[in-house]
Amino acid sequence: MSEVKNIKNLKEFSTSADRFEGANLLCPGCAHSIIVREVLNATNDDLVLAASTGCLEVCTAVYPYTSWDASWIHIGFENSSTAIAGAETMHKALKKKGRLKQPDRNPKFISFAGDGASYDIGFQWISGCMERGHNMMHIVLDNEVYANTGGQRSSSTPIGSSATTAPAGKISYGEKRNKKDMMAIMAAHGIPYAAQVSPNKWKDMVKKIQHGMAVEGPVFINAVSPCTTEWKFDPKDTMNIADLATDSLVFPLYEIIDGRELNITYRPKNVVPVEEYLAAQGRFKHLFKDEYKYLIKEWQDRVDEKWAYLQRREEARI
Amino acid sequence: MMAKKGWDEFEIGAMLRTFNGKIENIAATQQQDRDYSENSSYTASVADWRLIKPIFNKDYCIDCQFCWVYCPDVSIISRDKKLIGVDMDHCKGCGICVEVCPTNPKSLLMFPEQADEESEIANWPKKDEKEA
Repeated sequence: MSEVKNIKNLKEFSTSADRFEGANLLCPGCAHSIIVREVLNATNDDLVLAASTGCLEVCTAVYPYTSWDASWIHIGFENSSTAIAGAETMHKALKKKGRLKQPDRNPKFISFAGDGASYDIGFQWISGCMERGHNMMHIVLDNEVYANTGGQRSSSTPIGSSATTAPAGKISYGEKRNKKDMMAIMAAHGIPYAAQVSPNKWKDMVKKIQHGMAVEGPVFINAVSPCTTEWKFDPKDTMNIADLATDSLVFPLYEIIDGRELNITYRPKNVVPVEEYLAAQGRFKHLFKDEYKYLIKEWQDRVDEKWAYLQRREEARI
Repeated sequence: MMAKKGWDEFEIGAMLRTFNGKIENIAATQQQDRDYSENSSYTASVADWRLIKPIFNKDYCIDCQFCWVYCPDVSIISRDKKLIGVDMDHCKGCGICVEVCPTNPKSLLMFPEQADEESEIANWPKKDEKEA
């Protein structure tokens, strides 16, 4: 078993040697690379990585360049999770047969995918990986839209958001269906660990990633990734938007162990009204017109209800 | 940059090697000590994306490392728990580092790309008094 990297504070964390490189083609202020850096720096172990088609993949592997300093593979839109599951199975099989050149090295198997590749297109594949119990981690970079292809709605897009295939206009307020509760679906597989993380809470993130790497079995991580292009805010505000998302409880940070035990890992001292979160983003601009104001109240009610549900689940320990 | 290939000369799958030769214990090797190949984007530059650039004034820096952890482009160089500076080849000028800087006055500020570093540091803004 490999050692868990000891990270007590940010200064210690900053001595990490990055294994993700700059001069990738992600937009300025993109949260994807912040999440990836925090994940990769959370461990000193060898890494085997995969990425589904999406912003992260097309921007970090533009021929002839790669931004990854670890083994990394891209195959298709839907199958980063199964590619990693295959690599993990092969590693296990070769080890059993004694054909590994360095059997004492235990790499971590991690697949990255966007919300489109996880919530919609790769859904069946991820479900298969979680069910078969591979020793891997699947990380969703959840920017709530197909940002790479121009902002089409995904099943992660929340109500009222204006997407290019669900635009807000004279007769519509944009997306009409609520966000899919992927955490609940994945936890229902009975996997050892599922967690929701946010890049602005780096310590919470590192703790969860390290826990996820330490447990045996499939791990699902859902990371909110504010998108400056599709959420329509200034690049410098990425971290402020992530702060608003966690502090308004639109994106609560919690973990589910063995599909049952739910722990809330971050309770904001001052809960921000959802209205502030919505107002900071251009994709919700139309909600502040008089005829759509009722949606903001509905948003707040929905968030409160979800938070109350999470707290009840945490207390009940079931 | 290598010679460009024609459309019919590409392989269906491609494998890129990040490093020239082998690398031992990468997690303990900082970027400047790694032997990057021409396929690593570390050897490329996105400096021409930038309209505004961050300038780092070490006089006010408290080495909290917020800018290091929240930099999306691995452009804040930090060694031995001390902030050294900004990697101008990879910085895209998003301004997150300035936004998360907690000091007063900020130890990182955005300036137009053509601004002169020395003269801007000499004219650094003074401490903001809190309003009563």
